[in-house]
Amino acid sequence: MSDSPILETLQLEHVPGTHSVHIAVFRDVENAAFLHQQLLARNADFEYAFIDASVITSRLQVLSAAFKAITLQLAGNMKTPNVHSELVYSLSPTSNISEAYRRYGITPTSRALVIVKVLVTPPVPSSATAAPETTSEAKPPLTAQDVEKHLLTHVQGKSVPFTDQVLSELTDWGRVRKYYKLNGVGWLDGVKDQAAKNRETDRLVMGGMALRGATAK
Amino acid sequence: MAVDSAAHQFPLPAILEHPSSTPPELIAQGAEGRLYKSTYLLPSIPCALKYRPPKPWRHPVLDARLTRHRILSEARNLAKCHREGVPVPTVYAVDESAGWLMMEWVSGGPVRVAINEWLRRRRDAERAQGRSGDAIVEGTSEAEADLVALLRRIGAVVGRMHKVGIVHGDLTTSNMMLRPWEKDKQPVNGHNAEGDELLEGEIVIIDFGLASQSTSEEDRAVDLYVLERAFASTHPRAEKLFIAVLETAYREAFKQAPVVLKKLEDVRMRGRKRSMLG
Repeated sequence: MSDSPILETLQLEHVPGTHSVHIAVFRDVENAAFLHQQLLARNADFEYAFIDASVITSRLQVLSAAFKAITLQLAGNMKTPNVHSELVYSLSPTSNISEAYRRYGITPTSRALVIVKVLVTPPVPSSATAAPETTSEAKPPLTAQDVEKHLLTHVQGKSVPFTDQVLSELTDWGRVRKYYKLNGVGWLDGVKDQAAKNRETDRLVMGGMALRGATAK
Repeated sequence: MAVDSAAHQFPLPAILEHPSSTPPELIAQGAEGRLYKSTYLLPSIPCALKYRPPKPWRHPVLDARLTRHRILSEARNLAKCHREGVPVPTVYAVDESAGWLMMEWVSGGPVRVAINEWLRRRRDAERAQGRSGDAIVEGTSEAEADLVALLRRIGAVVGRMHKVGIVHGDLTTSNMMLRPWEKDKQPVNGHNAEGDELLEGEIVIIDFGLASQSTSEEDRAVDLYVLERAFASTHPRAEKLFIAVLETAYREAFKQAPVVLKKLEDVRMRGRKRSMLG
């Protein structure tokens, strides 16, 4: 697997052809503290959705968050500075932004990461995004190759494929159940088959994400 | 592409204008909204998109508020059922301002179609034996065990939905899908032998467009009454059996069933509307 590309590139359904989604998964990450620091410093070269893989249950959960973030960006309704922070926020079933970053985003101690980059070609003019961007004016637009090279250079970890199998091995189901408020869902405990149980958990997670902000009466 | 052009007499909601692997298909058109079949995230994942278009005859501010409210309320009621273990489609995405709700596409067909097909086969079998074919389904013979099992599942699912505090508002056998059993969901004592799989599957309740949160026995009784009337008009030959089995299964699934069923008797006497007005 070592010479296969580390990025999986996807074109989501009902997303404009200008937007592509690029995803990489790393385990045994050694420098999460460094990557986290780049985010805090708002280093534009590190504008990614850095997701802690332990709260991810499936490919669809990640893609759902990407879909939601892109849709909100297009509608001009983002609640966070850019589409990548919005993607992390989209994983949350509650509307608390800083809590969402803490729970779903990279932390200095993260060991496994799902990293998502949304590329827009041609780039959206900076006036169309929520916050003025300092990049993209001078530099040529990023390509998937640039992203791949950048990640390989700066993420110290083992690249693994973005598959449900790999993701479920990295999942901390206890945290998932806590964050998505599934501990009170009694029928879930009755599902004996582990694969079926994970599938049902994943469905509830997706529902929770979709309902963010809609749950208040 | 006659279907395709028919699907596009109406302007698509903006979200469906973005490219997808297969064009969205208009499945149903009601007074309030349209249902499209499309795909979510990947070409391999079918979804249902419910769209409530702007109503030009309503005041725009009022219209926007009503649409937002109805989309959100449908999404919340679906989510509540899902969390409480009542089989309903998973909500994938909501945009209440744009007036749409995207859900899991439930495989299988409506319960109505399955029951009608079952009744048709039974009639044909009777006629083949030289009888008239309009005999009432008693539910006593071995051949009718499949139908009894299905009706029991319907009663149980409705009981569970009421138990979690949701009333549906438009319960019919068209708003219940028969989804092929997923692994290890099939009841161990279920009737599925003898090769006839027509009535097999998990009941999934759909279309929560008129649903609300209520624990009143009156609302619950009206829900049952609407289902009973709808069933009687679509499947008259199985009406008596239906009422009997539904009540039994509903009682088993829902502790407060006796008061609701008592109320149901009143509702049957007077019809669905409580007030004499309107």
